[in-house]
Amino acid sequence: MAGIEVTALHKRYPDGTVAVDHVDLSIGDGELFVMLGPSGCGKTTTLRAIAGLERQTTGDIRIGDTLVNDLPPAERDIAMVFQFYALYPHLKTRDNLAFPLRAEGLPKPEVRERVNEAARLMRLGPLLDRRPRQLSGGEQQRVALARALVRRPRAFLMDEPLTNLDAELRADMRTEIKHLQGELGATMVYVTHDQVEAMSLGHRIAILNKGRVEQIGTPLEVYDRPASLFCAAFIGSPPMNLIEVEVADGNLRSQGGLVLPPPPGLPRDRRLVAGVRPEALEVTEPGVERSVPARVVSAEWLGDEIIYVVDHSGQRDVRVRMPPTVRFAADAPVGLRHTGGTPAVYDVSTEELVA
Amino acid sequence: MGVSIDEAVSTGPARDHTPSARRLGGRGRSVLEVALLTVLAVVMLFPVLWMIETSIKENRDVYAIPAKFFGFTVTMDHFKDVFVAPGGGRSALSVSFLNSVVVAGVSTVLSTVLGVPAAWAYSRFAVKAKKDQLFFILSTRFMPPVVVVVPIFLMYRQVGLIDTKLGLILIYAAFNVPFTIWMMKGFVDEVPAEYEEAAMLDGYTRLQAFWRYTLPLLVPGIAATAVFALIFSWNEFVFAIFLTSSDTVRTAPPAIAGLIGGTTVDWGLVAAASVVFALPVLVFAYLVRKHLVAGVTLGAVRR
Ligand SMILES: Nc1ncnc2c1ncn2[C@@H]1O[C@H](COP(=O)(O)OP(=O)(O)OP(=O)(O)O)[C@@H](O)[C@H]1O
Ligand SMILES: [Mg+2]
Repeated sequence: MAGIEVTALHKRYPDGTVAVDHVDLSIGDGELFVMLGPSGCGKTTTLRAIAGLERQTTGDIRIGDTLVNDLPPAERDIAMVFQFYALYPHLKTRDNLAFPLRAEGLPKPEVRERVNEAARLMRLGPLLDRRPRQLSGGEQQRVALARALVRRPRAFLMDEPLTNLDAELRADMRTEIKHLQGELGATMVYVTHDQVEAMSLGHRIAILNKGRVEQIGTPLEVYDRPASLFCAAFIGSPPMNLIEVEVADGNLRSQGGLVLPPPPGLPRDRRLVAGVRPEALEVTEPGVERSVPARVVSAEWLGDEIIYVVDHSGQRDVRVRMPPTVRFAADAPVGLRHTGGTPAVYDVSTEELVA
Repeated sequence: MGVSIDEAVSTGPARDHTPSARRLGGRGRSVLEVALLTVLAVVMLFPVLWMIETSIKENRDVYAIPAKFFGFTVTMDHFKDVFVAPGGGRSALSVSFLNSVVVAGVSTVLSTVLGVPAAWAYSRFAVKAKKDQLFFILSTRFMPPVVVVVPIFLMYRQVGLIDTKLGLILIYAAFNVPFTIWMMKGFVDEVPAEYEEAAMLDGYTRLQAFWRYTLPLLVPGIAATAVFALIFSWNEFVFAIFLTSSDTVRTAPPAIAGLIGGTTVDWGLVAAASVVFALPVLVFAYLVRKHLVAGVTLGAVRR
């Protein structure tokens, strides 16, 4: 296993599209690194550049200590799992697994042993003599993972490997991948646009937007202190409420009078937006202490929680996460108050975190 | 579902509720269909049947007036004449058949060997002005052979390719390569590039990846394309008659045509030669019919 170092990676396609815009990534040995971002933000392009399937316009890629810019994919010693599994349709599972080993010219007994080991890890025993056509989506995905495993590459690249599976299977496979990665101590770059997947899998997450890195951090950091307005609006379901505030009497105050505790070191002379998680707010009976008047627009009952959408003067569609026991009718006049810690505060003009 | 309209209408309890007029209408339609199809079949098949019949009639019956459809004496003499010269030894016709096999076979192999990798390259790589190039390639097929045959005749005379099998092979290959590229590009497009990319990550070079991963998946497409190329080369007449003249080089189409035109025409021999000429293509197409169908339906890849 080896770490991956990406420096000032830039990719411009012949048609002029800039897919990756000076991206720096430093992925540690044995790290499960997730790249998260909306469709078209350059995740796949970055991954393909690391794999050597796409040549970057400028920038350097190092795997371990080797500068791999000019190495063909075959010599980079990494494995990639595609969204569409790319299992060879003519070959049985067994031969699909053996294919990369035959490329290395390993002796037959060793090929057999490694195939069996990977099959055991991914519990493919009964499937070894089937062809891809005879496997379900989840099984195909397990075979694709096993094929990546047999070679014992220096790093794994995964491009949305679970997108084609249904929700339940996806959760199972997620657990499986995480477990496997830990057991093997594998360096893994995992691309997804699903934030739940990113949060539950990643040691660290890089959030990409329009070819740029918006933030790199642990799932907790990314959730608690999104580095930009883009991240604030992207992470969380529902995401943060972005409330325009100004500094008054040593507090943050919204137009409607909602009072939030101020983080230290706030600049005075700029327009600010506070990012407030839905769980940092509370819907109350009207007139309760420190609450501002608001009105329930709608409620989404999710079983274990209710998401209230409320309006309070000048601020529409504030989302509040409440336990399912608290019920307010739609259109009811209510109170809204802040119960969490200091919020993240962003500069409206630079869209970046200021405190 | 092998249920005809009649069966569908006349079985089951629904029958009692079906107005008789509609039932009649259904039957009437199918009678009309059968009648039309029969007429069509007769019109289409008559020349073929007549050719086969003529090839096994004695000369007396061939020229009989009124023509004999039935009750003639069957003979295989004409088929013997196709292959054996009157004084014994090989006939000129049999030599031309052999020439046809060589010319059509080699030119098909050549156009496949050149066209398939080209199609792969056009499908996989970012080639400059790809669309224009592909259009240019297609445009070489816009003109029918008879339009270009004179300049080609002059050029061939310069380089000494007149009246050679190599000359025919080259011109047929040149005509089939554009077709092969266009048809195969469609098939290559259907095979996801991820196969090759996965193979490249597994330690193969690009060419190895193409050879071991993609090519086997293209076999049905290649078979379908090659059959079409083969049929073109096998049937081609214009180039063959203009560019070749000697019996040792001529292919079957001009050779058979050459049988007609003397003071008397041996129609039995013409018919027998035509039957022999038509058979290989039929047999070949029949043998690869599975690939032909698979080739047309290759799109059924699970993605
Ligand atoms: N071959 C190409 N030629 C031109 N532009 C391309 C090419 N491939 C991708 N792009 C563009 O580059 C940008 C990034 O594409 P990329 O495939 O990396 O996105 P992604 O983050 O993987 O998105 P998704 O989540 O939809 O897979 C997109 O705007 C896309 O249209
Ligand atoms: Mg992608």
